[in-house]
Amino acid sequence: MGSETLFYVFGTIAIASSLMVIGQRNPVYSVLLLIASFGALSGLYVLLDAPFVAVIQIIVYAGAIMVLFLFVVMLLNAPHEDTEEDLARLGIEPPASSDGQLDANQAAIVYPRIGRGPARFGMVLALGLLVELWWALTKGHETGAFGTAAVSSVAALGRSLYSDYAFAFEVTSVLILVAMVGAVLIARREPR
Amino acid sequence: MTPLLIAQIVLTLFVFVTLLSSAAVMVYVERKVAAMLQQRLGPYLVGPKGLLQPLADVVKLLFKEELRPRAADAWLFGLAPVISAACAFAAFAVVPFGADTTLFGLIPEGLRLQVADVNVAILVVFAIASMSVYGIVLAGWSSNSKYSLLGALRSSAQMISYELSYGLALASVLVIANSLSLTDIVNRQDGSWLGFIPRWLVFVQPIGFVVYMIAGIAETNRAPFDFPEAEQELVAGYHTEYSSMSFAMFFLAEYINMVTVSAVATDLFLGGWHGPLLPESLGWIWFLIKVAAILFFYVWMRWTLPRYRYDQLMRFGWKVLLPIAVVNLLVTAAGVLYVGI
Repeated sequence: MGSETLFYVFGTIAIASSLMVIGQRNPVYSVLLLIASFGALSGLYVLLDAPFVAVIQIIVYAGAIMVLFLFVVMLLNAPHEDTEEDLARLGIEPPASSDGQLDANQAAIVYPRIGRGPARFGMVLALGLLVELWWALTKGHETGAFGTAAVSSVAALGRSLYSDYAFAFEVTSVLILVAMVGAVLIARREPR
Repeated sequence: MTPLLIAQIVLTLFVFVTLLSSAAVMVYVERKVAAMLQQRLGPYLVGPKGLLQPLADVVKLLFKEELRPRAADAWLFGLAPVISAACAFAAFAVVPFGADTTLFGLIPEGLRLQVADVNVAILVVFAIASMSVYGIVLAGWSSNSKYSLLGALRSSAQMISYELSYGLALASVLVIANSLSLTDIVNRQDGSWLGFIPRWLVFVQPIGFVVYMIAGIAETNRAPFDFPEAEQELVAGYHTEYSSMSFAMFFLAEYINMVTVSAVATDLFLGGWHGPLLPESLGWIWFLIKVAAILFFYVWMRWTLPRYRYDQLMRFGWKVLLPIAVVNLLVTAAGVLYVGI
């Protein structure tokens, strides 16, 4: 198989699984499809002669971040978590047929009752993304900051990350640190 | 098809079959060594010295009924063991296990004894190791059983915690070797210091080696870190509900992961296929000997040390092993930068 065929194979997998992510009733399947999509993207990186980026994509996104996603989805969906009490606390009416527990499908129906504000905000965001996508697609070819050789060379990648992009790199790390501290602060309960 | 391509295909099949049978061999070795350490005989009835015992086990597993809990998620329940086994096989694809060979002149060019020569091999091993946690987590969740879920949660917490130390140990090696390719790292360890000390990285990175070995045991869920399947607490952990061939696949994955971790340790720290006496073309014998030694060490540990408590495991991983690995990486980087090891 030529690399063009492989491009279409990976591209199809990536797009199809991404679409299926939002079509699933069971969030665990969504997470798995997202992983499949990341895997296909990583295949595309290999075709672009950037094996390092491809492997990092797997390690960071598929291997680390999605494991946490899966964790959250699995634990939130455990049948005993969504009792009527929990739902009442969140201000959601339990479905009529409820026997005190919710299965995954019912929870998926109950949860997405979003207020006006977030819905409008989401719409603006979606429009923004659409414009950006259109802009990116119509802009045509433009050579990036790296040549092909530089992308596949880990040393060159590291050097430019610590020199040309040092500020962005450090700011990102501070941002992640702040997010982590915030998460600990929110999760922690002071003993009274 | 060129002879080289045919040789490549044969090599791939050879590695596959070898890994498959290595699991059987490891089961036999495990039982025999365990018996040795406990002053028992171990398997001795099937075949000479019980050598055919693994075969009998495989046949037994094949003929067992495939059971699935009614409340299980059928699709994921079937997928989980496949993910585990596939990850175990895939990781070995980038591990080189011998110098280039012409197979006694059968093929014109040298064939590298490595299924896929990737220049970021060390990271591929790490990436696939981080993917294999999905097999266990999904097995635990889809079984819809409390023991399985607890086992899966423990396992993912354990694997994520020890992956950090594992990755940092790998990083300190690649800082010294200045390459991400396992073949380059092995070839860097050729020769000797002062004529008799082999230039193995274990002598440059003793702490890295120890961290790698400990994290490797935790990654493969072996005793004393076998929490995901702690029999006394969780029946069998994440594979409680599995039977027959799907159980066998988890079993297979565990042993193949052990072999892969040992093979990577050999390549990174013990000079791979380089060794005295034997010519370069027979280097794979050295490789086998070194891998076998590490595997024996694994089995030995399992039957010598008791299981830790879960909080001890977590405390050790985060408060002892990780700081050691970080400091080791910093010292290594400083050494390479200022002294030039």
